Amino acid sequence: MEKMVNVYFFGKKYQVPESLTIMKAMEYAGYQLIRGCGCRNGFCGACATLYRIHGKTELKTCLACQQQVEEGMYVATLPFFPLVKQVYDIQKVKPTEQIMMQLYPEIYSCIGCNACTKACPQSLKTMQYIAYAQRGEYEKCAEESFDCIMCGLCSSRCPAGISHPQVAILARRLYGKYIAPDCKHLIDRVTEINEGKHDESMADIMNKSLEEQKALYNTRDIEK
Amino acid sequence: MYSYTQEQLDSIKKVEATRQERLSNLHRRMTAEEKDEVLKNYHPDYIESAYETLKVGPNKGEKVLHELANLLQGNTRLDPAKIDLSKIDYDVDVLVIGGGGAGSSAAITAHANGANVMIVTKLRIGDANSMMAEGGIQAADKPNDSPAQHYLDAFGGGHFAAKPCLLEKLVKEAPDAIRWLSDLGVMFDKTADGEMVTTHGGGTSRKRMHACKDYSGAEIMRTLRDEVINRNIPVVDFTAAIEIIKDENGNAAGAVLQNMETGEILIARAKTVIIATGGAGRIHYQGFPTSNHYGATADGLVLAYRAGAKLLYADTLQYHPTGAAEPTQIYGALVTEKVRSLGAQLVNKNGEPFVYSLETRDVTASTIIRECKGRSNGVKTTDGEGVWLDTPMIEIIGGEGTIEKRIPAMMRMFGKYGIDIRKEPILIYPTLHYQNGGIDIDADGQTTLVKNLYVAGEAVGGIHGRNRLMGNSLLDIIVFGRNAGKFASQKCKEVTVGALTLSHVDNFKEELKEAGVDTGVLSPQLLPNYRRGDL
Repeated sequence: MEKMVNVYFFGKKYQVPESLTIMKAMEYAGYQLIRGCGCRNGFCGACATLYRIHGKTELKTCLACQQQVEEGMYVATLPFFPLVKQVYDIQKVKPTEQIMMQLYPEIYSCIGCNACTKACPQSLKTMQYIAYAQRGEYEKCAEESFDCIMCGLCSSRCPAGISHPQVAILARRLYGKYIAPDCKHLIDRVTEINEGKHDESMADIMNKSLEEQKALYNTRDIEK
Repeated sequence: MYSYTQEQLDSIKKVEATRQERLSNLHRRMTAEEKDEVLKNYHPDYIESAYETLKVGPNKGEKVLHELANLLQGNTRLDPAKIDLSKIDYDVDVLVIGGGGAGSSAAITAHANGANVMIVTKLRIGDANSMMAEGGIQAADKPNDSPAQHYLDAFGGGHFAAKPCLLEKLVKEAPDAIRWLSDLGVMFDKTADGEMVTTHGGGTSRKRMHACKDYSGAEIMRTLRDEVINRNIPVVDFTAAIEIIKDENGNAAGAVLQNMETGEILIARAKTVIIATGGAGRIHYQGFPTSNHYGATADGLVLAYRAGAKLLYADTLQYHPTGAAEPTQIYGALVTEKVRSLGAQLVNKNGEPFVYSLETRDVTASTIIRECKGRSNGVKTTDGEGVWLDTPMIEIIGGEGTIEKRIPAMMRMFGKYGIDIRKEPILIYPTLHYQNGGIDIDADGQTTLVKNLYVAGEAVGGIHGRNRLMGNSLLDIIVFGRNAGKFASQKCKEVTVGALTLSHVDNFKEELKEAGVDTGVLSPQLLPNYRRGDL
């Protein structure tokens, strides 16, 4: 018989096998999840969760799909958190310091408490990437925030009301579109295709008999 | 923290005992006959008893898996007494069902074309398999590569079964898909002078796998989601489509929607409808675990089928050989093929190798199943059984530090549960990964049998044939998402919607009755049920 532990979902006690994640433990307890459940693999940020272990003061953050249950765990899921998302036209904004000031001025109210960093289930240096955003250093902000799954736990702990994930995606899009070097071979290939330069080779391979196609496939050279 | 059971620990000792010998003595490759035999006997696609013949609908007489047959021939969720088609809640040009990469690409493109477009999704926008794709996205954009070469790789890899007009579109529009994503701000891996960093994927003859670190799908999906919101495209979330609505002319003209939380029924009328509902891993065909998203339950196939659209290759699924089998917390999660490329071997409970490590995916998966089900050589796990993937070999072959450098995500994934893959082997079992088949469409994205009904993404059948290469699904959601958005928004300019009807749902019900089919299942399924069995 598997060892059971006592956990409290929204304050109500359930006995669940200790091997389960919080998400699976909720299902074991009988919840049919609709909110707070997404990819179940730590990529989508749907299952942001807060918990505290009985007798301890520290409030912890996690993804319900990644965190195993513990004895005396008080769990409150955070299936939605009201982030501020400013709309903008990516074709018109420019990667200047001003754009952050215009769209997310609250980032300059950061008091340096680092609660965002401590809350991040991806172990990102959240406060650091906000500092980069403040200075308009979008490449650094983009790199530092790259593994962000936009769960919003950072923002839930922020006394300055910053929506860190939204700041970060703006920085990444600015970097990806305007700062990262252009790719010449990509543009050249798109132009060639638009000019019809690959039509003949495509037609050639598509018009071959199945036997010829099989022979071509089985003898094709493979780049080392 | 996970600790291996005593039985597993005993088995690890046997794995360690044979490791030295296995290092120098590679398992031989299989002959063509042996491959055929193991596929025929153990690949899930070949297990005849898992299949049944459809008795009603456009694919009547064809075989699909029992689980899918139950859903396709299931009972509608509609309660006719509660439906009033004269009360329209949403009236749009283009209705997109599904908020993943394909649906979002379609909506952005239709919006850019001036259409009044709306997304409806049963979870949140971005809750999709798109978000979970790690590996990358193919496009023939290097000088030594070409769309024709990409076509050859994908056509052969799909056992020469792809629908040529769809595969042609996939490879020819691939570079422009990458350009479009870059223009939206997606951060592809590039060298300092802007050249794309590209690698091989299984079955590619050129290095054309583009990536955004190991978050390729997430980077693309979150960018598309941001763009949808920036354009103020309405997203009706936590709302599922439960039936397609047609008009008196037999064309698709909207959908019956249902709030996932309150149950409220809403009617959406549209000039064109795009199904972008994704895959089906959460159906757990034949009891397999899955690497898929929570919402992957084949809903689009059910909606389309009942509306009269035909399916193509609905009988074929992709099972990735190495899903995590232990610890239970990550059961079914993907263990990348790269682990085997770096030298880790597959070994049974007695420490015996049973297959050359880099046979094709379908063959490798079949040998693992044979080891467990056919030869009782599997190791018992929390959720079933599995075989060892002997990861410590990587450090012996490549030198200390190879794992941390080359597969850090895998090291983290297991490290989180106290398993150090540098020192201990890991347990794996095939995991349900991709729906190869889906709804039959033409090159304009429209279904072959129902007008004004378009499909994009994993719900489409025929783009890849009977097997898909790595990196071609992230590509197809973009290419066919944009394609459906483009044609659906063009078409809606000439569409006049007639009187709305759900008579096709009634007719289907009649057909079921006449055929004597009663699966007792409500469909579309919408969500899997993971509640404890006795509830």
